[in-house]
Amino acid sequence: MARFVSFFTQAVIIGMPLLYGSVGEMIIEKSGNLNLGIPGIMYVGGISGILGGYFFETYGNTSNTFLCILIPFICSLAGSLIMSLIYSFLTVTLRANQNVTGLVLTTFGMGIGSFIGGSLSSILGTGTTVSLNIIGACFKKSLPFADNLGLFGKAFFSYGFMTYLAIAVALVAGYMLRKTRVGLNLKAVGENPATADAAGINVIKYKYGATCVGGAVAGLGGLYYVMEFIGGTWSNAGFGDRGWLAIALVIFALWKPDLGIIGSILFGGLYIVYMFIGGLPRSSQEIFKMLPYVVTILVLIIISVRKKRENQPPASLGVSYFREER
Amino acid sequence: MSKKNMHSEPFIRLSKNNAMPMWKGWLIRIAAVAFAFIVCAFVIVMITDLNPIEVYAAMIKGNFGSSRKIWSLMQNIAMLLCIALAVTPAYKMKFWNIGAEGQVLMGGVATAACMIWFGNSMNPVLLIILMTVVSCAAGAIWGLIPAVFKAYFNTNETLFTLMMNYVAMQIVSYCVCFWENPKGSNAVGIINSASNGGWLPTLGGQKYLLNILIVLALTVFMFVYLKYSKHGYEIAVVGESENTARYIGINVKKVILRTMALSGAMCGVAGLLLVSGTNHTISSETAGGRGFTAIMVSWLAKFNPFVMIITSFLIVFFDRGASEIATRFRLDESMADILTGIILFFIIGSEFFINYKINFRSKKNGEVSK
Repeated sequence: MARFVSFFTQAVIIGMPLLYGSVGEMIIEKSGNLNLGIPGIMYVGGISGILGGYFFETYGNTSNTFLCILIPFICSLAGSLIMSLIYSFLTVTLRANQNVTGLVLTTFGMGIGSFIGGSLSSILGTGTTVSLNIIGACFKKSLPFADNLGLFGKAFFSYGFMTYLAIAVALVAGYMLRKTRVGLNLKAVGENPATADAAGINVIKYKYGATCVGGAVAGLGGLYYVMEFIGGTWSNAGFGDRGWLAIALVIFALWKPDLGIIGSILFGGLYIVYMFIGGLPRSSQEIFKMLPYVVTILVLIIISVRKKRENQPPASLGVSYFREER
Repeated sequence: MSKKNMHSEPFIRLSKNNAMPMWKGWLIRIAAVAFAFIVCAFVIVMITDLNPIEVYAAMIKGNFGSSRKIWSLMQNIAMLLCIALAVTPAYKMKFWNIGAEGQVLMGGVATAACMIWFGNSMNPVLLIILMTVVSCAAGAIWGLIPAVFKAYFNTNETLFTLMMNYVAMQIVSYCVCFWENPKGSNAVGIINSASNGGWLPTLGGQKYLLNILIVLALTVFMFVYLKYSKHGYEIAVVGESENTARYIGINVKKVILRTMALSGAMCGVAGLLLVSGTNHTISSETAGGRGFTAIMVSWLAKFNPFVMIITSFLIVFFDRGASEIATRFRLDESMADILTGIILFFIIGSEFFINYKINFRSKKNGEVSK
């Protein structure tokens, strides 16, 4: 049981950055924009948090836990917001091809992340890699009563606040999309922008809003990874393919943020299951690492074969909207 | 016209611009690149405090400094171009294949398997034929899987091909575990380094010459195929409008499958050239992101194979030049990605001014200026 609980907590911690990324991407895709720049945005979200945290830890007063969290948080949001604005300006205002723009955004964002992360020490002349122990600890601070509740406490209350925030964001996003006027309008824009436009919905405003809000949420995934998962440091290749996994999770969760919560923990589990099975040769470990992608492909096939209306991708996904085009 | 109407006329109105002459379009693109270079110069100055002209000079030297550098530049252009050519027919058909990375890797892993299993026992000519067939088949299969589901169930191909990349990467990592040499290194090492079994022959003492010639031949082939063959015409019609294609009796499913098989097979050839003609080894990094970069190369060139030579040169030049600067001034290699990103953003943005016309509201009568 203890083994399972430790597997579960690991799966949750691996899964939460994916949840942020995929909820962000879901919001964006609901507006009809396929943003393949999510991996880049998550990199930038992470490194902006590190950068803000670094300056705060060097020059600020780190005894204030609240500020320790707030400053990297705001920096991360600002970083991913700038990235989202580049994307939405190019795809919404300039109507550029979304796939190409997204891929360039990923190259650009990963470049920024790796460049700042890799050369921060040499530019600042400190000579050592950045390590924000104090801020990392603030982010990791778990609920005080977690230790008193045994395994139950470990399984559900041993995480930093960003884990609960991720779940809250997913639930709120799910509620917004299902029940509120803003969410329904957004879905209309993603399904058929011309109809939405005719109904008096400002398509451009909704697309901008969705890409910016979604991008900011996705960027928090990067912040979660650098702060809570690796405790306030940066390693260039560390983030790996998590950005693409987040996009895979969007499909797996059928564009439903609340399903994404379960999906992210499942993906997290699939990501690390080879470590917990034990005694696997390295070759089979590589096969296990394939699992999240294979599962996603299967889901993609099943939803397209079954053709259930409510499980389909937004109808205008990937197509730029130009009012005078029929 | 009433006053109220005048006010509801938007300040800026967009319309499609189909009549722009070709030279004007290219002028706008060149201007965008020039702007991008200026912005990049600012970024470089901000980071390094160097004279940007000196930096660009260092870039040119890093690319053309010696004959070895020139050959390696041409080799890199050829590889990127090969993959860009491969994705082009699919893109022209509006089949968003972002799985080139995986298709190249599958071609590469098939080639490596032939080299390892038969490299020292088979007739070299037969072996090269076998490797070509197997790598094409592997790439084509990897391209066909998403195409089948797209043709029959309309499965989203962008997401499907994206996922296939990572499956391919894990397959390569899986094979590396079996082929690793020396044991425990987690790398395949140079295959048949003693016997050179399964290595593509070197022409005229230049080890990259054959690769470059093959890619040039493919460029001409792709140009003719897209422009003058019946297949190319069908691809263009399906890309413009699937319904039109159906009305005039084109079998859309067949075109999708055939085009993706061709696209995948050419990616397989790129894998062959990378493994057997260049690196003589295989790893999950063999394609090195070219599968994604190739998409931009193809798209920036408006799917014209000859223009792709220029666009792939631009990207390879910048990549190589920026990493030269990075090593010289002890910065991180990823500076290349940032600069490439900036340039591509500008070129992507410039397309808008080619495809659309901006009409400002004129003062008289709220009438739209022509």
